[in-house]
Amino acid sequence: MDIQELIKCIEEEFDEIETGSLSDDSSIRDLDGWSSMHALILIALVDNHFDVLLTGEELKNSLTIQDLHEVISKRKA
Amino acid sequence: MRTAISKIEYYLPETILTTEDLANKFNKDSSVLFKNTGIKKRHVRNLNQIGSDLGFEAANQLLQKYPEYNSKIDFVIFCTEGLDYKAPTTSSTLHYKLGLKEDCGCIDMPMGCAGYIYGLSLADAIIKSENASCVLFIAADIPTSVIHSEDFEMRALFGDAGTATIIEKKETHGIGKFVFGNDGSGAKNLLVERGSTRAPLDLTYINEYSDQPDGLSHGRMTMNGLEVTRFSLEKVPMLLTKTLEKNNYSFEEIDLFVLHQASLIILKSLKRKCNIPDAKFYIYLEEVGNTVSCSIPIALYHAELEGKLKRGNKVLLLGFGVGYSWGGTVVEY
Repeated sequence: MDIQELIKCIEEEFDEIETGSLSDDSSIRDLDGWSSMHALILIALVDNHFDVLLTGEELKNSLTIQDLHEVISKRKA
Repeated sequence: MRTAISKIEYYLPETILTTEDLANKFNKDSSVLFKNTGIKKRHVRNLNQIGSDLGFEAANQLLQKYPEYNSKIDFVIFCTEGLDYKAPTTSSTLHYKLGLKEDCGCIDMPMGCAGYIYGLSLADAIIKSENASCVLFIAADIPTSVIHSEDFEMRALFGDAGTATIIEKKETHGIGKFVFGNDGSGAKNLLVERGSTRAPLDLTYINEYSDQPDGLSHGRMTMNGLEVTRFSLEKVPMLLTKTLEKNNYSFEEIDLFVLHQASLIILKSLKRKCNIPDAKFYIYLEEVGNTVSCSIPIALYHAELEGKLKRGNKVLLLGFGVGYSWGGTVVEY
């Protein structure tokens, strides 16, 4: 899975995020308007698009989009 | 012999907590909050109202509207997570308040989000065993009574309600077979702490929450939203498949899918995951929020009102949540 695919999914899901504003090293928790509700949206998004149901620990340890991409790639391997 | 859902009525307390009120209190953007929750209003009980009061209003409304059931009802099931007393059963006092006939069984069922499915299964079994012919199934919950005023996520999600459903004998169509599931390891992820037999209130608790409306005397709900979401995304698609298999229906034969209205995030995600077309997936969250055991009957009521659910349609019902507990069935409405 390409990291750009993950970035595209996140940008499409969250209206608050401007298209093209995210990069590999964007911090997940610093995304515009981030709240605990967004963590749930992210879990659902990753499950729907990549068929990986992240654990709370995996999400907690994913500080950047690159980290999240690595977790998803590892789980899919 | 088959059994069928004949009538549904519901009642909501008058006080409303709007998304704007909540957004203002917690310094959030109300449009983002609405987009993420799909909820505009939650109805909140008055401090002197408990679950059975809301259930009584719904049942009374039903009996006023359809008085022929006064003499027909021969079993009452009451589902709630907040019973009136440790003894007697609340269904018994509701039966008395409603003025129902004496030849009538009464039982309580302390269940949450899967409660409507379990109640239907119990009503179905009681009628099929020919021990009763007309069941009044009252489901009522007051989740706001156990939410701390600063718990934003839960206040955004939950609302109070009472519902009444008549289940009776039908020869031609009706309630199908049931699938049940349980995983008690999930108890810690959605739990009402204190105010219980295992963990009663003590002076420390009472002092800690003295600033809360009602002093949180019913207990305090805690929720690990992330784990509850994971549970829903993992179990519900399997539950859906098993429910179809058990009832010998193909996915395409189902006219409408009505799931427990847990949250917009969970519902939207389950719709995508199970490939349910928009036209067959019913959501009723905007006006009421997550009303626990009441969410499925309220959704059925409105789906019928909007013409999305017609008599004779096959509707797949799935309940899931606190416990963890889950159940499903297909009803030929």
